[in-house]
Amino acid sequence: MYPSSRDRSVLAVAVQPGLAAALAGCSGPGSTLDPAGPSASSIATLWWVMLAGSAVLFALVMVFFVLVIRRPGWGSGVSAARWIVLGGLVLPAVVLPPLVAYGLVAGERLLPLMGNAPPRIEAEGRQWVWTFRYPDHGGVLTRNVLHLPAGVPVDIVVTSADVIHSFWVPRLAGKIDAVPGHANLLRIQADEPGRYDGRCSEFCGLGHTRMRFAVVVHRAEDFAAALAQAAKEQQ
Amino acid sequence: MSALRLHRELAAIWATGPGLQRLAAVNHSVIGLRFMATAFVFFAIGGVLGMLTRVQLATPDSDFMDPETYNQVFTVHGSMMLFLFAIPMVEGVAVYLTPKILGTRDFAFPRLTAYGYWCYLFGGTIITMSLVFGVAPNGGWFMYTPLSSNVYTPGINADVWLLGVTFVEISALTLAVEIVVSVLKMRAPGMALDRMPIFGWYMLVTALMMVVAFPPLILGSILLESERAFGLPFFDPKRGGDALLWQHLFWLFGHPDVYIIFLPMAGALSTIIPVFANRRLVGYRAIVVAIIALAFVSFGIWVHHMFTVGIPHLALAFFSAGSAIVAVPTAVQIFAWLATLAHGRPRWDVPMLYVFGFFFIFALGGLTGVMLAIVPFNWQAHDSYFVVAHFHYVVAGALAFPMLAAFYYWLPLLTGRTAAHRLAVPAFWLVFIGFNLTFFMMHLVGLLGMPRRIYTYPGDVGWNWLNLLSSVGGFIMTIGFGLVVIDVLAQFRYGRRVRRDPWRATTFEWAMPIPPAPYAFASLPQVGTPADDTEAGERALSLARGEGYLGFARNGWQETLGVHMTSGAPEQLIVLPRPTYLPLCTALATATAVLAMLFHFYALTLAAALLTAGLFVLAGQSAGLARDYGPLPVGHGVSVPPHTEVAGAPPWWALIFTLVADGTLFASLVFGTFYLWIAAPNWPAAVTPAPDLKLALAAIVALAVAAAAARGSMRMLAIGGSARGWIGLAMLALLAAIAACVALIGGVTPPPREHALGATAAALLFYVAVHAGIGLLFLVSNFLRLGAGLVSPLRSLDLRLTRLWLDYSAMTAVIALGLVLALPWLVAMLGARP
Repeated sequence: MYPSSRDRSVLAVAVQPGLAAALAGCSGPGSTLDPAGPSASSIATLWWVMLAGSAVLFALVMVFFVLVIRRPGWGSGVSAARWIVLGGLVLPAVVLPPLVAYGLVAGERLLPLMGNAPPRIEAEGRQWVWTFRYPDHGGVLTRNVLHLPAGVPVDIVVTSADVIHSFWVPRLAGKIDAVPGHANLLRIQADEPGRYDGRCSEFCGLGHTRMRFAVVVHRAEDFAAALAQAAKEQQ
Repeated sequence: MSALRLHRELAAIWATGPGLQRLAAVNHSVIGLRFMATAFVFFAIGGVLGMLTRVQLATPDSDFMDPETYNQVFTVHGSMMLFLFAIPMVEGVAVYLTPKILGTRDFAFPRLTAYGYWCYLFGGTIITMSLVFGVAPNGGWFMYTPLSSNVYTPGINADVWLLGVTFVEISALTLAVEIVVSVLKMRAPGMALDRMPIFGWYMLVTALMMVVAFPPLILGSILLESERAFGLPFFDPKRGGDALLWQHLFWLFGHPDVYIIFLPMAGALSTIIPVFANRRLVGYRAIVVAIIALAFVSFGIWVHHMFTVGIPHLALAFFSAGSAIVAVPTAVQIFAWLATLAHGRPRWDVPMLYVFGFFFIFALGGLTGVMLAIVPFNWQAHDSYFVVAHFHYVVAGALAFPMLAAFYYWLPLLTGRTAAHRLAVPAFWLVFIGFNLTFFMMHLVGLLGMPRRIYTYPGDVGWNWLNLLSSVGGFIMTIGFGLVVIDVLAQFRYGRRVRRDPWRATTFEWAMPIPPAPYAFASLPQVGTPADDTEAGERALSLARGEGYLGFARNGWQETLGVHMTSGAPEQLIVLPRPTYLPLCTALATATAVLAMLFHFYALTLAAALLTAGLFVLAGQSAGLARDYGPLPVGHGVSVPPHTEVAGAPPWWALIFTLVADGTLFASLVFGTFYLWIAAPNWPAAVTPAPDLKLALAAIVALAVAAAAARGSMRMLAIGGSARGWIGLAMLALLAAIAACVALIGGVTPPPREHALGATAAALLFYVAVHAGIGLLFLVSNFLRLGAGLVSPLRSLDLRLTRLWLDYSAMTAVIALGLVLALPWLVAMLGARP
């Protein structure tokens, strides 16, 4: 239904076919592996790349362990110092800097930078309700349902009225905490109209489990009307 | 002298009495076993709680538990596993094994070890009982504010956590100081630091990390408890506090804590793997450098637990890189172990099975750790079951598997028997398969969007099968642990009998009778070669015959040797205290203070706290020797003075490391003050602070006078005069300083309950007053011990300890009062804050 691989990079496409079977189990209304927006998509790609790399490293360590035990003398041709230098220093030096750089660049691209400020929607967490306010649409409020236009980025201003909550729509983007006394910004974008699961992901007391919300994405041209309709219905 | 006669003489001096006298035990073997047994009981309770959560989550929309019960269960599960099982178990292993591996008879402060144990037992009992009464902590094991403040958690649930855990932390801190001092000063003669068994290095680094890691959490707990009990708003954003300050303080402790749990287990692995590889450990120096590096780096990456709180991305990138770098020292160790096996002739036995389990699980946990260090992925995975899976792999797996390897390896030392393979092997596979089934599935369900700490979930979101498999795995693991317990019990009775040193090991714990005698070594070994190469079993007989150092009984003293910190040359004869009920009484007084605080009987709290302090002073009265002895023979033609007559006696170093911990707590308080000033909402306060300059200067002058008087008392003692006049002057000066601080606290603006600005000022002043108060205890002890003849020009340690304490108090007072005086100026700068 959702073209989840649309924005994925060549790298991810190269990694994924082997995991096609696994992917079938990756869908779900709150799955980070079934992305429906550029931010979640970029992070899902990062995940698949890291998974592939980790699988190789894990196999390497375990194969070494089995070989040194089962084939006494295996690896004794490599001096002890070289074992430590190659495994303890060279290997991390080859793997870690590119990974950290990749993460930094990917993270930087997802930031709500000030240069091109898109429309804002305010999300306030309160035990155990989410209230969304739309300043560009006359400040109307919706409760536990977030309405978004499809295909355009939106900055969510996340705040809390009491304890710490966390705003998370796994199929659209990573999470950001709602910390009382602070306002945090999260840029999200949904590619296609539809309904997505959102929830509080920081433990916030007795009602934490039920502190979910729905994200309803409308076609951009229908958004204003749909929002007005929804706000009216909720009253 | 025959080995048997020597054994009888030493056992008479060192043994713990029968019956109720067991409560007076101070011996490291006894206390170490108690720590491990108690930790195991809490592990079993915590495990049952974990299983309850798995029952609840096995199926969607389950109504097995209501949310309040579930919240208490998962909070106590986490708190118990980390604070009441992992750290105390590690401490128990350290207490039981370290003196034996380092070739000495006991730790430096046996009564403190016992006090630490009782504190742990009572603190743990308070937390366990709260569960029985349904008032257990329910805010998650990291107790985030403001959820844990009295507005959102009005009952005593959070107080149980704050007081119970702090109680246990104090016990951990006392042990940490003790381990550091003991490893540095009490080793076999000739055991230079670079010849120390690698286990000693791991324990030293771990204990040093504890000395620095626990104070931020202790400070955080004190501040949060004072917010809950007295309304001081350190973490309340409405009154100028900040919820994020708690997270910083908590994770400043919390992250190093992971390595505090892991390193001793890595130390066990570094001891066990060479034995089974039939080869000495490869890369001793590389490993020492690696674990020191690990200790440093681990203090710089706490923010990776806070990637979603809204910290600027570039700052996150710094912590992300640091978190990735921490993989390097770990990789060095992994490959050193692999190289040891590659260059040896490995043999296979039950401990190696658990080493295999460790490699498998730790490799996976390490790799997901690197993934979580990458910021964007962390934004998705944080607070999901992926994180739950990850930390169970690194904390539970990397603790449980090496720990079981260590149990199977060291149990013959206690039982004289080895494991019954028929039971040990299937038990391993059940634990291993159960563990992986339980926690591997959690990675997947986390990626499918399941957040942690929800008590149930709907059936249509795709999490059903994974959760069910997790729960099934949990039961398999539990059965496995049950089999391990049966196997260990069976080993006592049915295990195959073994001779001394069954593994042909090279460390000294095998060079003693099985089970170990209370004095550990009938005589202390001399180390000539790198200690890891010593043929332990072959030396046992000569040591038992008293052919090493101190192979005799003298004056009924519990004697052991203190050595030069780096070279290991014998330097002092350490005379240790005999069994006493004081640690138990002191811990009971401390527990009374904690319980009274819990139920808001503040007068009783104060009385019990004073009683505790008094008992500590009393304990000081029975330490040391009542006259000068000069150098005493210790064997092999060597004579050294008793510890009372040397400059670097264990108490001196203990006070130095205590002050390192205290200084870390103070630095955390100063950090908190600046943090709130820079980042907290609702600043500045409506009222500007106006501290009284004259009073502040008076407090500083009074503390300087006290420090100077301490010097005067030392000079007077050295020339043979009476030091009491100077001690009296120091007491008066401290009383004046306390009075000035109390007056300053009374005049703090804005009032401490109204704004965090006033609360931090009050906290800084309180810190100064408390230190002056403890200084008074030092002086009272000096006064009494001078009267009892325990202090002489040669035995001047008491007065030097007091001087050190008063110097520290004066220095921190200058900083604290300086900061309080600077507050008006700092607040004036706030106009520039964005």
